[in-house]
Amino acid sequence: MPLWTLFGLRRGRATTTWPGPGGDDGQAGVLGMPRFDPARCAPDCRACVDACLPGAIAPAPKEEGAHLRVDYGRCITCQLCVEACPTGAFTPSNDWAFGVRRREDLVWAEATTSDAAQQLKGTIRAVFGRSLHVRHVDAGSCNGCESELQALNNPFYNLHRLGVFFTPSPRFADLLLVTGPVTYAMREPLLETYGAMPEPRWVMAAGTCAVSGGVSGGGYACAQGLEGLMPVDVYLPGCPPNPAALIHALLMLLERAAQHVQGGRLGD
Amino acid sequence: MNGTLMHDVGAGELAATCEKMLRDGGRMQMAYAWFPEPGGPAELRYLAAPGARQPFALWRCRPNGAVVPSLASFSPLLGWYEREMADLCGVNFEGHPEPYPLVLHEGAQAAIPPLDPRYPRAQALVFQSAPWRLPEIESRDVQLLPFGPVRADVFESAQFLFFYIGEGILHFHPRLFFKHRGMEQRFAGLTPESGTVLAERVSAVGSVAHALAYCQALETAADCVVPLRARWLRVLLAEMERLYNHLHYLGHLCHTTTLKVGEAEGKLLEERVKQMNAGLTGSRFLRGALVPGGLRRDLNTAGLGAALETLAGEFTDYVDKLERTNSHLDRLITTGVLTRKTAFDQGAAGPVERASGLDRDMRRDHPYAAYDEVAPVVALREKGDAYARAQVRVAEVEASLDVIRRVLSGLPEGGVRAPCVAPASSEGLGWSESPRGSLYYAVHIDASGRLARVKIKSPSFSNWRVFPFTVHDSNMMDYAINEASFGLTIAGCDR
Repeated sequence: MPLWTLFGLRRGRATTTWPGPGGDDGQAGVLGMPRFDPARCAPDCRACVDACLPGAIAPAPKEEGAHLRVDYGRCITCQLCVEACPTGAFTPSNDWAFGVRRREDLVWAEATTSDAAQQLKGTIRAVFGRSLHVRHVDAGSCNGCESELQALNNPFYNLHRLGVFFTPSPRFADLLLVTGPVTYAMREPLLETYGAMPEPRWVMAAGTCAVSGGVSGGGYACAQGLEGLMPVDVYLPGCPPNPAALIHALLMLLERAAQHVQGGRLGD
Repeated sequence: MNGTLMHDVGAGELAATCEKMLRDGGRMQMAYAWFPEPGGPAELRYLAAPGARQPFALWRCRPNGAVVPSLASFSPLLGWYEREMADLCGVNFEGHPEPYPLVLHEGAQAAIPPLDPRYPRAQALVFQSAPWRLPEIESRDVQLLPFGPVRADVFESAQFLFFYIGEGILHFHPRLFFKHRGMEQRFAGLTPESGTVLAERVSAVGSVAHALAYCQALETAADCVVPLRARWLRVLLAEMERLYNHLHYLGHLCHTTTLKVGEAEGKLLEERVKQMNAGLTGSRFLRGALVPGGLRRDLNTAGLGAALETLAGEFTDYVDKLERTNSHLDRLITTGVLTRKTAFDQGAAGPVERASGLDRDMRRDHPYAAYDEVAPVVALREKGDAYARAQVRVAEVEASLDVIRRVLSGLPEGGVRAPCVAPASSEGLGWSESPRGSLYYAVHIDASGRLARVKIKSPSFSNWRVFPFTVHDSNMMDYAINEASFGLTIAGCDR
């Protein structure tokens, strides 16, 4: 019989020190939300609008002034807009830490708003200290979000070190973490799980499908994610959000990390 | 349909045609329905594989109001396809042994079948959950345990019902399709390019396999020749996908046998491959690389070979330890036996069927991409238990590493994308051997060059049908191990 414990010890430390200073987030090369620079848009150009499957890029209503409305809550990071754009208005980026507390922060805006809304409810720290118990519900995902959520407990990310745990029972859960566009058959189990959670409780829409429906929302079987279904405290678009993006959003909920995105882009 | 030998079969001749195919050693692959004329009747398609290296046989049946017989009593694996056609396309089959809804849950109401083009694209089903059929098992000692659809830990949603006495499972009933997203309908009306992005999102851990089968279906329809370099790089992508899936599988299997360090090691190796994937394509799931006609851009493979050699050494050491861990092996050997006959009849796919002695692999038997030049060694085991299924995966990791070595050393130079425009009203069949087995995309283009109908046959749809046969008469303590040994996804099955 092999000595597994000895083997594990010999393999040494596999866990990153991220998000501590100088730690490796493990996402080298991962493409995130393309950056948008409306100043580079050609007048009346619709190339990106036509290329965008989930409708994250749409002609803006006249009163908004800008040429296009870019909603990162619908972005699936497919990079087709980058390829379609003839003028470089969309450029590839590694911006994946897209967790926000207000849905409107995912929509590109010229001016960013005040930070008053950045405080969650101001109470989570007082209620839970630094720890968090999470109940995950798959409401019809493609399994990408689950694959990355499962990765959180691999030795590289080792989520437990941050005091965040998945719990089987909604009765013990502080956070409902929802993935998927919410299929007709999962709507009821999802609402029952939410109903079984004690208050105070928080909700995270993880992945573009849960935020807005993504590419699978609508149609005969799916809703538009959590839109109109329950209050959401943290929105994390991504297709899927990578494990580091999930960790950042969880720490943001716990007020242990700052929100990076406002007005649809990473702060300076 | 391009890529197949197609002929018309009348509804009355279906049974005899199917019987002959089976008698001659062939096997049914899938069946689906579509509506060639908007507002017109459904047309049925049956796909069969007469044998390795022979073209697929495709039967087109236009019932024109005639009664369509169920073929499930000849070829049991067709049972689910027929029920799916009944739910989504409104086709009724006479004499079906299990005449119940499958894909749509009881209580889901649609005035028009959802895949009928007349169904309003954005209209949600009316749904009020209603009672559904279970086998009637009554005895004082028999208990019923419903588990799910929200399960412990981070799992995909599905409900499992166990009829059990003490530790013994009398009957197991998986209630699936909670995650049915209507993905096939989401393709309708899209441009072929957009469809690739959607195909990548049917089952994330099969993103490459799905996009590849989809692209190849369009390339067949368009008569497009994919540049050589792109075909080789497609093999690289497909094998990288197999690597991280199988490593996850081995780690998860250790989780179920409570071999903690073994679990950590498997999942760490998986993570390393996902990080390599990101360096290769910008996506940990290898998304955004494929397009009908080749690849969206060339891939930078610098450093990949060396990283994989390190991983290969660690993998050998890992597997060597697993093979000497009795507590792990004891839980796998003789657990969840799938006989060769059940595997064949019920439609087992991929490593699951290869662990039960069925020597089939699309990469070798119906080569695509560059598999005719870099063919893998196909792993085969006979016993059909959880251990055999794990052994097949281990051998496939080694075979994948070998294929990748050959791809990296022999990668031809040149462009990676050819124009690919599928003509109006054309159709094509594409396939791939995903990490979980045979995957088909049947693609129909409408008169305006957009997608009219896309049928997806995923390996997990096949293997979920098979899995319960290994659970009946087993015991509760082995259930999680047995389920893990199948390596199923639910997103792929439910679509």
